[in-house]
Amino acid sequence: MTLVQVFFLLIAAIILFSALKVVTTRNLVHAALWLVLMLFGVAVLFALLDAGFLAVVQVMVYIGAIAILFIFAVMLTRREEGKKEAALNPHWPAGALIAVLLFGALAWLLRGWQGLPAAAASMPADFDALRALGEALVSPQAFALPFEVASVLLVAALVGAVYVAYGRK
Amino acid sequence: MIPLSWYLLLAAALFSIGLFGVLARRNAIAILLAVELMLNAVNVNLVAFWRYLTPTQMAGQVFAVIVLAVAAAEVAVGLALVISVYRRRNTVVADELDMLKW
Repeated sequence: MTLVQVFFLLIAAIILFSALKVVTTRNLVHAALWLVLMLFGVAVLFALLDAGFLAVVQVMVYIGAIAILFIFAVMLTRREEGKKEAALNPHWPAGALIAVLLFGALAWLLRGWQGLPAAAASMPADFDALRALGEALVSPQAFALPFEVASVLLVAALVGAVYVAYGRK
Repeated sequence: MIPLSWYLLLAAALFSIGLFGVLARRNAIAILLAVELMLNAVNVNLVAFWRYLTPTQMAGQVFAVIVLAVAAAEVAVGLALVISVYRRRNTVVADELDMLKW
């Protein structure tokens, strides 16, 4: 087992452990912080996959904006302390069964696939992935239209979110 | 090197954990946290396929960037709705938000 594989297994263990803590802790602020750790693990995975820009964007957008938004929402919707409520609803065994079945089905499906490469396809040594990504996002022959639509979607969603949550007379 | 199937198994496990969180958590904000887990699993899948199959074509990374943007929009709207509901009903437990039931 090479060093890179050991490193990958370590990061995978961190990601999965943090994800399990996110879905099982009672304290919601703790759950949001475990989510931050999981997002860091995924950012490390992106860096391992030669998607450095995506790793930085993951940290800045997901951790720097979305996780902070979660912590804000948790603090704005707190009830008075002393009332410790359960983390899971009464039907959680059925949920666990469905999740385990889904993972089993996906793992079985992956085991049946023949064409999965064991090593990454070669990337040319002077390939500038960042430049290529930038050109793909703004080039009319590439993905300029989905990019603009995503921008409009973000503006609409944020304006709508502010309006819904405003609440002041 | 790391086989592609390892990344795909990790994404499948992360997705299943997120699905369990959506189905089993009481608090509405915790459900949204679990949805974020599922979206991250999808992103891992996309970027892994991009790197292992077509590293010189940017479609995989663009897809992942757009998924990230959509996840941000969805979290903003979802949390705004949860905050608004909390102002009216003083609760964020999903089981207690049942005004639309007959």
